[in-house]
Amino acid sequence: MTRKPLNLQSWLLKLAAVLTGVFMLMPLVAVIPVSFTPKRFLSLPKGDWSLRHYQALLTDEAWLASISDSVLVALASSVIATVLAAAFALGLWFRQPRYGGALVGLALLPMAVPPVVSAVIIYFLQARIGLIDTYAGLILTHVIMVTPFAVIVMLTATSRLDKSLELASRNLGASRMQTTFWVVLPNLKFGLFSAWFLSLVLSWEEIAVTLFVSGIDVITLPKRIWDGLRLNVDPIIAAVSVILMVLTTIAIVAKTLHEHRKGKSGS
Amino acid sequence: MAARLNIHTIAMWLLPALFLAVYLAPLLGVFGWSVSRPEPGAENYVRMLTDADALNIMLRTARVCILVTLTSVLLAYLLAYHWVFGSPARKLFMELCIFIPFWISVLIRAFGWVVILRNKGILNESLLSIGAIAEPLTLVRTEFSVILGMVHFLVPFAVFPIASVMRQIDSRVLLASRGMGASPGFTFWNVFLPLTVPGILASVIIVFVFALGFFITPAILGGGKIVMIAEYIYIQIFQTSNWGFGAALSIGVLAVVAAMAGLLFKVIRPERLVK
Repeated sequence: MTRKPLNLQSWLLKLAAVLTGVFMLMPLVAVIPVSFTPKRFLSLPKGDWSLRHYQALLTDEAWLASISDSVLVALASSVIATVLAAAFALGLWFRQPRYGGALVGLALLPMAVPPVVSAVIIYFLQARIGLIDTYAGLILTHVIMVTPFAVIVMLTATSRLDKSLELASRNLGASRMQTTFWVVLPNLKFGLFSAWFLSLVLSWEEIAVTLFVSGIDVITLPKRIWDGLRLNVDPIIAAVSVILMVLTTIAIVAKTLHEHRKGKSGS
Repeated sequence: MAARLNIHTIAMWLLPALFLAVYLAPLLGVFGWSVSRPEPGAENYVRMLTDADALNIMLRTARVCILVTLTSVLLAYLLAYHWVFGSPARKLFMELCIFIPFWISVLIRAFGWVVILRNKGILNESLLSIGAIAEPLTLVRTEFSVILGMVHFLVPFAVFPIASVMRQIDSRVLLASRGMGASPGFTFWNVFLPLTVPGILASVIIVFVFALGFFITPAILGGGKIVMIAEYIYIQIFQTSNWGFGAALSIGVLAVVAAMAGLLFKVIRPERLVK
Protein backbone atom coordinates (compact mmCIF):
# COMPACT_ATOMS: atom_id res chain seq x y z
CA MET A 1 0.00 0.00 0.00
CA THR A 2 2.83 2.44 -0.69
CA ARG A 3 1.05 3.69 -3.76
CA LYS A 4 -0.89 6.87 -3.08
CA PRO A 5 -4.47 6.09 -3.98
CA LEU A 6 -5.60 9.68 -4.41
CA ASN A 7 -4.10 12.90 -5.46
CA LEU A 8 -5.32 14.53 -2.28
CA GLN A 9 -1.90 15.11 -0.82
CA SER A 10 -2.05 18.79 -1.57
CA TRP A 11 -0.01 21.05 0.65
CA LEU A 12 -3.16 22.28 2.37
CA LEU A 13 -4.16 18.82 3.58
CA LYS A 14 -0.60 18.05 4.58
CA LEU A 15 -0.47 21.24 6.57
CA ALA A 16 -3.80 20.47 8.25
CA ALA A 17 -2.62 17.00 9.22
CA VAL A 18 0.69 18.26 10.58
CA LEU A 19 -1.12 20.96 12.56
CA THR A 20 -3.45 18.31 14.01
CA GLY A 21 -0.38 16.32 14.99
CA VAL A 22 1.14 19.37 16.65
CA PHE A 23 -2.17 19.93 18.46
CA MET A 24 -1.89 16.38 19.85
CA LEU A 25 1.62 16.97 21.21
CA MET A 26 1.17 20.58 22.32
CA PRO A 27 -0.18 20.13 25.88
CA LEU A 28 2.49 17.51 26.59
CA VAL A 29 5.31 19.79 25.48
CA ALA A 30 3.81 22.77 27.33
CA VAL A 31 4.23 21.03 30.69
CA ILE A 32 8.00 20.63 30.30
CA PRO A 33 9.22 24.23 30.78
CA VAL A 34 6.76 24.85 33.61
CA SER A 35 8.33 22.01 35.61
CA PHE A 36 11.65 23.90 35.64
CA THR A 37 10.32 27.19 36.99
CA PRO A 38 12.17 28.58 40.02
CA LYS A 39 8.91 30.08 41.39
CA ARG A 40 6.44 28.58 43.85
CA PHE A 41 3.56 28.99 41.44
CA LEU A 42 2.86 27.89 37.86
CA SER A 43 5.00 30.03 35.56
CA LEU A 44 7.47 29.83 32.75
CA PRO A 45 11.13 30.05 33.71
CA LYS A 46 12.63 33.18 32.17
CA GLY A 47 16.23 32.12 31.69
CA ASP A 48 16.53 30.83 35.26
CA TRP A 49 15.73 27.14 35.11
CA SER A 50 15.56 25.28 38.39
CA LEU A 51 15.24 21.68 39.58
CA ARG A 52 13.62 22.63 42.90
CA HIS A 53 10.29 21.00 42.08
CA TYR A 54 11.97 17.73 41.15
CA GLN A 55 13.92 17.91 44.38
CA ALA A 56 10.73 18.68 46.32
CA LEU A 57 9.03 15.70 44.70
CA LEU A 58 11.82 13.32 45.71
CA THR A 59 11.83 14.51 49.31
CA ASP A 60 8.12 15.06 49.90
CA GLU A 61 6.81 12.16 51.97
CA ALA A 62 3.25 12.50 50.77
CA TRP A 63 4.23 12.21 47.10
CA LEU A 64 6.60 9.33 47.81
CA ALA A 65 3.88 7.51 49.74
CA SER A 66 1.55 7.94 46.78
CA ILE A 67 4.13 6.55 44.39
CA SER A 68 4.56 3.48 46.58
CA ASP A 69 0.76 3.07 46.92
CA SER A 70 0.45 3.21 43.14
CA VAL A 71 3.27 0.72 42.58
CA LEU A 72 1.78 -1.70 45.11
CA VAL A 73 -1.75 -1.50 43.71
CA ALA A 74 -0.60 -1.69 40.08
CA LEU A 75 1.69 -4.69 40.69
CA ALA A 76 -0.92 -6.63 42.66
CA SER A 77 -3.85 -5.90 40.38
CA SER A 78 -1.91 -6.51 37.15
CA VAL A 79 -0.74 -9.93 38.33
CA ILE A 80 -4.25 -10.91 39.49
CA ALA A 81 -5.79 -9.58 36.26
CA THR A 82 -3.32 -11.53 34.13
CA VAL A 83 -3.94 -14.79 36.03
CA LEU A 84 -7.73 -14.37 35.77
CA ALA A 85 -7.59 -13.45 32.09
CA ALA A 86 -5.22 -16.32 31.26
CA ALA A 87 -7.35 -18.86 33.15
CA PHE A 88 -10.45 -17.55 31.36
CA ALA A 89 -8.95 -17.58 27.87
CA LEU A 90 -7.33 -21.01 28.35
CA GLY A 91 -10.49 -22.53 29.80
CA LEU A 92 -12.48 -21.23 26.84
CA TRP A 93 -9.87 -22.50 24.39
CA PHE A 94 -9.95 -26.03 25.83
CA ARG A 95 -13.68 -26.30 26.45
CA GLN A 96 -15.16 -24.15 23.67
CA PRO A 97 -18.65 -24.15 25.21
CA ARG A 98 -21.69 -23.04 23.26
CA TYR A 99 -22.38 -20.28 25.77
CA GLY A 100 -18.81 -18.97 25.35
CA GLY A 101 -20.03 -15.74 23.77
CA ALA A 102 -22.10 -14.86 26.83
CA LEU A 103 -19.11 -15.51 29.11
CA VAL A 104 -16.91 -13.24 26.99
CA GLY A 105 -19.60 -10.57 27.11
CA LEU A 106 -19.64 -10.77 30.90
CA ALA A 107 -15.84 -10.71 31.09
CA LEU A 108 -15.69 -7.55 28.95
CA LEU A 109 -18.63 -5.77 30.61
CA PRO A 110 -16.68 -3.37 32.87
CA MET A 111 -14.83 -2.09 29.81
CA ALA A 112 -18.02 -1.30 27.89
CA VAL A 113 -19.80 0.44 30.76
CA PRO A 114 -18.87 4.14 31.15
CA PRO A 115 -16.31 4.61 33.94
CA VAL A 116 -18.59 6.84 36.00
CA VAL A 117 -21.25 4.09 36.08
CA SER A 118 -18.62 1.48 36.98
CA ALA A 119 -17.56 3.83 39.76
CA VAL A 120 -21.08 3.97 41.19
CA ILE A 121 -21.42 0.17 40.92
CA ILE A 122 -18.10 -0.50 42.68
CA TYR A 123 -18.80 2.18 45.27
CA PHE A 124 -22.12 0.48 46.01
CA LEU A 125 -20.38 -2.88 46.46
CA GLN A 126 -17.55 -1.61 48.62
CA ALA A 127 -19.76 0.54 50.81
CA ARG A 128 -21.74 -2.64 51.51
CA ILE A 129 -18.80 -4.84 52.41
CA GLY A 130 -16.67 -2.15 54.04
CA LEU A 131 -13.77 -2.10 51.62
CA ILE A 132 -13.82 1.64 50.89
CA ASP A 133 -10.38 3.23 51.17
CA THR A 134 -8.46 0.00 51.81
CA TYR A 135 -5.67 -1.58 49.76
CA ALA A 136 -7.77 -4.70 49.23
CA GLY A 137 -10.70 -2.62 48.02
CA LEU A 138 -8.59 -0.59 45.63
CA ILE A 139 -6.83 -3.67 44.25
CA LEU A 140 -10.22 -5.33 43.66
CA THR A 141 -11.41 -2.14 41.93
CA HIS A 142 -8.42 -2.08 39.62
CA VAL A 143 -8.76 -5.81 38.90
CA ILE A 144 -12.36 -5.21 37.79
CA MET A 145 -11.37 -2.26 35.62
CA VAL A 146 -8.27 -3.68 33.90
CA THR A 147 -9.04 -7.41 33.54
CA PRO A 148 -11.29 -6.93 30.47
CA PHE A 149 -8.33 -5.45 28.59
CA ALA A 150 -6.12 -8.37 29.65
CA VAL A 151 -8.90 -10.73 28.49
CA ILE A 152 -8.85 -9.17 25.01
CA VAL A 153 -5.09 -9.67 24.80
CA MET A 154 -5.32 -13.28 26.00
CA LEU A 155 -8.22 -14.13 23.67
CA THR A 156 -6.22 -12.76 20.75
CA ALA A 157 -3.26 -14.90 21.86
CA THR A 158 -5.28 -18.13 22.24
CA SER A 159 -7.07 -17.57 18.91
CA ARG A 160 -3.66 -18.01 17.24
CA LEU A 161 -3.00 -21.34 19.00
CA ASP A 162 -3.38 -24.50 16.97
CA LYS A 163 -5.90 -26.91 18.51
CA SER A 164 -3.77 -29.87 17.38
CA LEU A 165 -1.23 -28.82 20.01
CA GLU A 166 -3.55 -30.24 22.65
CA LEU A 167 -4.23 -33.43 20.69
CA ALA A 168 -0.54 -34.05 20.09
CA SER A 169 0.31 -33.53 23.74
CA ARG A 170 -2.51 -35.76 25.01
CA ASN A 171 -1.68 -38.45 22.44
CA LEU A 172 1.90 -38.51 23.65
CA GLY A 173 0.59 -39.31 27.11
CA ALA A 174 0.64 -35.93 28.86
CA SER A 175 -2.06 -35.38 31.44
CA ARG A 176 -4.49 -32.49 31.25
CA MET A 177 -2.42 -30.53 33.78
CA GLN A 178 0.85 -31.25 32.02
CA THR A 179 -0.65 -30.23 28.68
CA THR A 180 -1.90 -26.97 30.14
CA PHE A 181 1.21 -25.88 31.98
CA TRP A 182 4.05 -27.41 29.95
CA VAL A 183 2.72 -27.34 26.42
CA VAL A 184 0.06 -24.65 25.99
CA LEU A 185 1.17 -21.97 28.46
CA PRO A 186 4.73 -21.68 27.14
CA ASN A 187 3.21 -20.90 23.76
CA LEU A 188 1.36 -17.98 25.31
CA LYS A 189 4.39 -16.32 26.93
CA PHE A 190 4.20 -13.21 24.81
CA GLY A 191 0.44 -12.86 25.27
CA LEU A 192 0.86 -13.20 29.03
CA PHE A 193 3.54 -10.54 29.07
CA SER A 194 1.44 -8.15 26.96
CA ALA A 195 -1.64 -8.71 29.12
CA TRP A 196 0.35 -8.07 32.29
CA PHE A 197 2.05 -4.99 30.90
CA LEU A 198 -1.21 -3.48 29.63
CA SER A 199 -2.88 -4.16 33.01
CA LEU A 200 0.05 -2.59 34.82
CA VAL A 201 -0.12 0.62 32.78
CA LEU A 202 -3.91 0.88 32.99
CA SER A 203 -3.90 0.32 36.75
CA TRP A 204 -1.05 2.79 37.24
CA GLU A 205 -3.10 5.45 35.42
CA GLU A 206 -6.57 4.54 36.72
CA ILE A 207 -8.33 7.57 38.18
CA ALA A 208 -12.05 7.64 37.32
CA VAL A 209 -13.12 4.82 39.65
CA THR A 210 -10.24 5.27 42.10
CA LEU A 211 -11.66 8.70 42.95
CA PHE A 212 -14.85 7.14 44.24
CA VAL A 213 -13.41 4.39 46.41
CA SER A 214 -10.27 5.80 48.05
CA GLY A 215 -8.68 9.01 49.15
CA ILE A 216 -7.72 9.21 52.80
CA ASP A 217 -5.76 6.12 53.79
CA VAL A 218 -4.79 5.05 50.31
CA ILE A 219 -3.86 7.81 47.87
CA THR A 220 -2.50 6.68 44.52
CA LEU A 221 -0.38 8.97 42.39
CA PRO A 222 -3.18 9.92 39.95
CA LYS A 223 -5.45 10.68 42.91
CA ARG A 224 -2.82 13.01 44.41
CA ILE A 225 -2.37 14.74 41.05
CA TRP A 226 -6.15 15.13 40.84
CA ASP A 227 -6.28 16.67 44.32
CA GLY A 228 -3.48 19.05 43.35
CA LEU A 229 -5.25 20.10 40.17
CA ARG A 230 -8.53 20.69 42.00
CA LEU A 231 -7.17 22.46 45.07
CA ASN A 232 -3.97 24.31 44.38
CA VAL A 233 -1.95 23.88 41.25
CA ASP A 234 1.67 23.52 42.30
CA PRO A 235 4.55 23.24 39.77
CA ILE A 236 5.38 19.96 41.50
CA ILE A 237 2.56 18.49 39.40
CA ALA A 238 4.44 19.59 36.28
CA ALA A 239 7.55 17.81 37.57
CA VAL A 240 5.56 14.60 38.23
CA SER A 241 4.00 14.90 34.78
CA VAL A 242 7.36 15.24 33.06
CA ILE A 243 8.75 12.19 34.89
CA LEU A 244 5.65 10.15 34.00
CA MET A 245 5.80 11.27 30.36
CA VAL A 246 9.45 10.22 30.13
CA LEU A 247 8.64 6.83 31.72
CA THR A 248 5.69 6.33 29.37
CA THR A 249 7.75 7.15 26.33
CA ILE A 250 10.51 4.75 27.43
CA ALA A 251 7.88 2.06 28.02
CA ILE A 252 6.38 2.54 24.54
CA VAL A 253 9.82 2.29 22.95
CA ALA A 254 10.75 -0.77 25.04
CA LYS A 255 7.51 -2.54 24.18
CA THR A 256 7.87 -1.74 20.48
CA LEU A 257 11.43 -3.09 20.49
CA HIS A 258 10.32 -6.21 22.38
CA GLU A 259 7.53 -6.83 19.86
CA HIS A 260 9.92 -6.22 17.02
CA ARG A 261 12.39 -8.78 18.35
CA LYS A 262 9.59 -11.29 19.01
CA GLY A 263 8.32 -10.78 15.49
CA LYS A 264 11.79 -11.62 14.14
CA SER A 265 12.53 -14.68 16.28
CA GLY A 266 9.01 -16.10 16.13
CA SER A 267 8.06 -18.67 13.47
CA MET B 1 -21.86 -34.39 35.77
CA ALA B 2 -19.17 -34.19 38.45
CA ALA B 3 -16.75 -35.99 36.16
CA ARG B 4 -17.08 -33.24 33.56
CA LEU B 5 -16.10 -30.57 36.05
CA ASN B 6 -12.47 -30.53 35.03
CA ILE B 7 -9.77 -27.96 35.67
CA HIS B 8 -10.49 -26.08 32.43
CA THR B 9 -14.15 -25.64 33.28
CA ILE B 10 -13.19 -24.22 36.66
CA ALA B 11 -10.56 -21.92 35.09
CA MET B 12 -13.09 -20.70 32.54
CA TRP B 13 -15.65 -19.85 35.21
CA LEU B 14 -13.33 -18.05 37.66
CA LEU B 15 -13.56 -14.63 36.04
CA PRO B 16 -17.26 -14.71 35.07
CA ALA B 17 -18.13 -15.88 38.60
CA LEU B 18 -16.08 -13.05 40.10
CA PHE B 19 -17.73 -10.46 37.84
CA LEU B 20 -21.19 -11.84 38.62
CA ALA B 21 -20.49 -11.29 42.30
CA VAL B 22 -18.60 -7.99 42.27
CA TYR B 23 -20.05 -6.27 39.20
CA LEU B 24 -23.38 -7.61 37.97
CA ALA B 25 -24.91 -8.11 41.42
CA PRO B 26 -23.92 -4.59 42.59
CA LEU B 27 -25.28 -3.23 39.28
CA LEU B 28 -28.65 -4.66 40.29
CA GLY B 29 -28.07 -3.09 43.70
CA VAL B 30 -27.52 0.31 42.08
CA PHE B 31 -30.76 -0.16 40.20
CA GLY B 32 -32.31 -1.02 43.56
CA TRP B 33 -31.04 2.27 45.02
CA SER B 34 -32.53 4.18 42.10
CA VAL B 35 -36.03 2.90 42.86
CA SER B 36 -35.84 2.79 46.65
CA ARG B 37 -33.94 5.85 47.92
CA PRO B 38 -35.12 8.02 49.48
CA GLU B 39 -38.53 6.37 48.97
CA PRO B 40 -39.70 3.37 46.94
CA GLY B 41 -40.99 4.31 43.52
CA ALA B 42 -39.90 5.82 40.23
CA GLU B 43 -39.55 9.27 41.75
CA ASN B 44 -35.85 9.59 40.86
CA TYR B 45 -36.56 8.85 37.21
CA VAL B 46 -39.40 11.39 37.14
CA ARG B 47 -37.02 13.95 38.66
CA MET B 48 -34.39 13.14 36.06
CA LEU B 49 -36.82 13.98 33.27
CA THR B 50 -38.49 17.02 34.87
CA ASP B 51 -35.95 18.75 37.11
CA ALA B 52 -34.70 21.94 35.39
CA ASP B 53 -31.10 21.49 36.59
CA ALA B 54 -30.94 17.89 35.43
CA LEU B 55 -32.47 18.74 32.05
CA ASN B 56 -30.05 21.63 31.54
CA ILE B 57 -27.13 19.37 32.33
CA MET B 58 -28.38 16.69 29.97
CA LEU B 59 -28.85 19.27 27.24
CA ARG B 60 -25.33 20.61 27.76
CA THR B 61 -23.97 17.05 27.82
CA ALA B 62 -25.67 16.28 24.51
CA ARG B 63 -24.43 19.52 22.93
CA VAL B 64 -20.83 19.08 24.13
CA CYS B 65 -20.74 15.39 23.21
CA ILE B 66 -22.03 16.06 19.68
CA LEU B 67 -19.53 18.88 19.10
CA VAL B 68 -16.70 16.80 20.55
CA THR B 69 -17.65 13.79 18.44
CA LEU B 70 -17.82 15.74 15.17
CA THR B 71 -14.52 17.54 15.78
CA SER B 72 -12.67 14.43 16.99
CA VAL B 73 -13.79 12.28 14.08
CA LEU B 74 -12.92 14.97 11.54
CA LEU B 75 -9.41 15.42 12.97
CA ALA B 76 -9.02 11.66 13.31
CA TYR B 77 -9.94 11.18 9.65
CA LEU B 78 -7.20 13.61 8.67
CA LEU B 79 -4.62 11.92 10.92
CA ALA B 80 -5.66 8.42 9.88
CA TYR B 81 -5.45 9.30 6.18
CA HIS B 82 -1.90 10.56 6.48
CA TRP B 83 -0.94 7.75 8.86
CA VAL B 84 -2.08 5.13 6.35
CA PHE B 85 -1.17 6.78 3.04
CA GLY B 86 1.54 9.32 3.93
CA SER B 87 5.23 9.22 3.08
CA PRO B 88 7.30 7.13 5.54
CA ALA B 89 8.40 10.23 7.45
CA ARG B 90 4.85 11.53 7.74
CA LYS B 91 3.63 8.06 8.78
CA LEU B 92 6.13 8.00 11.63
CA PHE B 93 5.21 11.54 12.71
CA MET B 94 1.49 10.71 12.68
CA GLU B 95 2.09 7.50 14.60
CA LEU B 96 3.96 9.39 17.32
CA CYS B 97 1.26 12.08 17.47
CA ILE B 98 -1.38 9.39 17.91
CA PHE B 99 0.34 6.97 20.29
CA ILE B 100 2.32 9.19 22.64
CA PRO B 101 -0.73 11.17 23.85
CA PHE B 102 -2.79 7.97 23.83
CA TRP B 103 -0.57 6.36 26.47
CA ILE B 104 -0.12 9.42 28.65
CA SER B 105 -2.39 9.87 31.65
CA VAL B 106 -5.58 11.79 31.03
CA LEU B 107 -4.72 13.96 34.07
CA ILE B 108 -1.44 15.09 32.59
CA ARG B 109 -3.08 15.87 29.26
CA ALA B 110 -5.76 18.00 30.92
CA PHE B 111 -3.09 19.68 33.04
CA GLY B 112 -1.17 20.52 29.85
CA TRP B 113 -4.20 22.39 28.56
CA VAL B 114 -4.51 24.24 31.87
CA VAL B 115 -0.88 25.36 31.48
CA ILE B 116 -1.59 26.63 27.98
CA LEU B 117 -5.02 28.16 28.45
CA ARG B 118 -5.17 29.66 31.95
CA ASN B 119 -5.22 33.44 32.42
CA LYS B 120 -1.47 33.64 32.96
CA GLY B 121 -0.88 30.70 30.67
CA ILE B 122 1.35 30.30 27.66
CA LEU B 123 -1.27 31.36 25.12
CA ASN B 124 -2.39 34.51 26.93
CA GLU B 125 1.19 35.56 27.75
CA SER B 126 2.25 35.19 24.12
CA LEU B 127 -0.78 37.05 22.80
CA LEU B 128 -0.22 39.82 25.35
CA SER B 129 3.47 40.13 24.52
CA ILE B 130 2.85 40.54 20.80
CA GLY B 131 0.07 43.00 21.58
CA ALA B 132 -2.72 41.00 19.95
CA ILE B 133 -4.89 41.40 23.06
CA ALA B 134 -4.91 43.97 25.87
CA GLU B 135 -6.52 41.79 28.55
CA PRO B 136 -5.97 38.06 29.11
CA LEU B 137 -8.75 35.97 27.58
CA THR B 138 -10.77 33.74 29.88
CA LEU B 139 -10.18 30.33 28.33
CA VAL B 140 -10.29 27.79 31.16
CA ARG B 141 -13.55 27.00 32.93
CA THR B 142 -15.41 27.53 29.69
CA GLU B 143 -17.23 25.13 27.42
CA PHE B 144 -14.50 25.84 24.86
CA SER B 145 -11.72 24.49 27.09
CA VAL B 146 -13.79 21.44 28.01
CA ILE B 147 -14.42 20.64 24.34
CA LEU B 148 -10.76 21.21 23.45
CA GLY B 149 -9.55 18.89 26.22
CA MET B 150 -12.08 16.19 25.38
CA VAL B 151 -11.26 16.31 21.67
CA HIS B 152 -7.60 15.96 22.50
CA PHE B 153 -8.34 12.94 24.68
CA LEU B 154 -10.63 11.23 22.17
CA VAL B 155 -8.87 11.73 18.81
CA PRO B 156 -6.61 8.63 19.17
CA PHE B 157 -9.65 6.44 19.93
CA ALA B 158 -11.34 7.81 16.80
CA VAL B 159 -8.25 7.19 14.66
CA PHE B 160 -8.08 3.41 15.19
CA PRO B 161 -11.35 2.27 13.54
CA ILE B 162 -10.96 4.72 10.66
CA ALA B 163 -7.34 3.75 9.98
CA SER B 164 -8.25 0.08 10.14
CA VAL B 165 -10.97 0.51 7.48
CA MET B 166 -8.68 2.65 5.30
CA ARG B 167 -6.03 -0.11 5.38
CA GLN B 168 -8.52 -2.61 4.01
CA ILE B 169 -9.47 -0.51 0.99
CA ASP B 170 -8.37 -2.11 -2.24
CA SER B 171 -6.35 0.61 -3.96
CA ARG B 172 -7.22 -0.86 -7.38
CA VAL B 173 -10.77 0.40 -6.93
CA LEU B 174 -9.43 3.93 -6.63
CA LEU B 175 -7.09 3.48 -9.57
CA ALA B 176 -10.03 2.22 -11.61
CA SER B 177 -11.97 5.33 -10.75
CA ARG B 178 -9.06 7.56 -11.78
CA GLY B 179 -8.44 5.45 -14.86
CA MET B 180 -11.99 5.97 -16.05
CA GLY B 181 -11.47 9.70 -15.93
CA ALA B 182 -12.79 10.71 -12.51
CA SER B 183 -11.02 13.65 -10.90
CA PRO B 184 -9.22 13.13 -7.55
CA GLY B 185 -11.96 15.09 -5.78
CA PHE B 186 -14.72 13.05 -7.41
CA THR B 187 -12.90 9.83 -6.53
CA PHE B 188 -12.56 10.94 -2.92
CA TRP B 189 -16.19 11.94 -2.41
CA ASN B 190 -17.79 9.16 -4.44
CA VAL B 191 -15.46 6.19 -3.98
CA PHE B 192 -13.03 6.61 -1.08
CA LEU B 193 -15.28 8.30 1.46
CA PRO B 194 -18.21 5.84 1.07
CA LEU B 195 -15.79 2.94 1.55
CA THR B 196 -14.68 4.39 4.91
CA VAL B 197 -18.21 4.94 6.25
CA PRO B 198 -18.16 1.87 8.55
CA GLY B 199 -15.00 3.19 10.19
CA ILE B 200 -16.50 6.65 10.57
CA LEU B 201 -19.65 5.24 12.18
CA ALA B 202 -17.64 3.10 14.57
CA SER B 203 -15.57 6.15 15.52
CA VAL B 204 -18.64 8.30 16.03
CA ILE B 205 -20.23 5.77 18.36
CA ILE B 206 -17.07 5.00 20.31
CA VAL B 207 -16.22 8.69 20.78
CA PHE B 208 -19.76 9.64 21.73
CA VAL B 209 -20.01 6.86 24.31
CA PHE B 210 -16.63 7.76 25.80
CA ALA B 211 -17.50 11.45 25.88
CA LEU B 212 -20.78 10.73 27.64
CA GLY B 213 -19.34 8.78 30.55
CA PHE B 214 -16.16 10.74 30.98
CA PHE B 215 -15.58 13.26 33.70
CA ILE B 216 -11.91 13.78 34.46
CA THR B 217 -11.20 16.24 31.64
CA PRO B 218 -14.48 18.20 32.03
CA ALA B 219 -13.95 18.42 35.79
CA ILE B 220 -10.43 19.84 35.44
CA LEU B 221 -10.95 22.11 32.44
CA GLY B 222 -14.50 23.06 33.39
CA GLY B 223 -13.44 23.77 36.97
CA GLY B 224 -16.83 22.86 38.40
CA LYS B 225 -18.57 25.42 36.20
CA ILE B 226 -19.22 23.32 33.13
CA VAL B 227 -20.88 20.33 34.79
CA MET B 228 -21.93 17.45 32.58
CA ILE B 229 -23.83 14.29 33.35
CA ALA B 230 -20.86 12.23 34.60
CA GLU B 231 -19.66 14.92 36.99
CA TYR B 232 -23.28 15.49 38.02
CA ILE B 233 -23.44 11.82 39.07
CA TYR B 234 -20.21 12.27 41.05
CA ILE B 235 -21.72 15.29 42.81
CA GLN B 236 -24.94 13.40 43.62
CA ILE B 237 -23.04 10.52 45.21
CA PHE B 238 -20.33 12.46 47.06
CA GLN B 239 -21.35 16.01 47.67
CA THR B 240 -25.09 15.95 48.13
CA SER B 241 -25.39 12.25 49.07
CA ASN B 242 -28.41 11.82 46.81
CA TRP B 243 -27.57 8.16 46.28
CA GLY B 244 -30.92 7.27 44.76
CA PHE B 245 -30.83 10.11 42.25
CA GLY B 246 -27.17 9.44 41.39
CA ALA B 247 -28.05 5.79 40.83
CA ALA B 248 -30.99 6.70 38.57
CA LEU B 249 -28.75 8.98 36.49
CA SER B 250 -26.21 6.14 36.19
CA ILE B 251 -28.88 3.76 34.97
CA GLY B 252 -29.99 6.42 32.47
CA VAL B 253 -26.46 6.81 31.10
CA LEU B 254 -26.10 3.03 30.94
CA ALA B 255 -29.33 2.77 28.93
CA VAL B 256 -28.13 5.34 26.38
CA VAL B 257 -24.75 3.59 26.08
CA ALA B 258 -26.41 0.17 25.70
CA ALA B 259 -28.60 1.56 22.91
CA MET B 260 -25.57 3.00 21.13
CA ALA B 261 -23.61 -0.24 21.54
CA GLY B 262 -26.56 -2.10 20.05
CA LEU B 263 -26.46 0.32 17.13
CA LEU B 264 -22.73 -0.29 16.72
CA PHE B 265 -23.28 -4.03 16.45
CA LYS B 266 -26.16 -3.60 14.04
CA VAL B 267 -24.60 -1.04 11.70
CA ILE B 268 -21.16 -2.60 11.46
CA ARG B 269 -19.63 -5.85 12.50
CA PRO B 270 -17.06 -4.75 15.09
CA GLU B 271 -14.91 -7.85 14.57
CA ARG B 272 -14.04 -6.44 11.15
CA LEU B 273 -12.39 -3.49 12.86
CA VAL B 274 -10.10 -5.49 15.11
CA LYS B 275 -7.45 -6.03 12.47
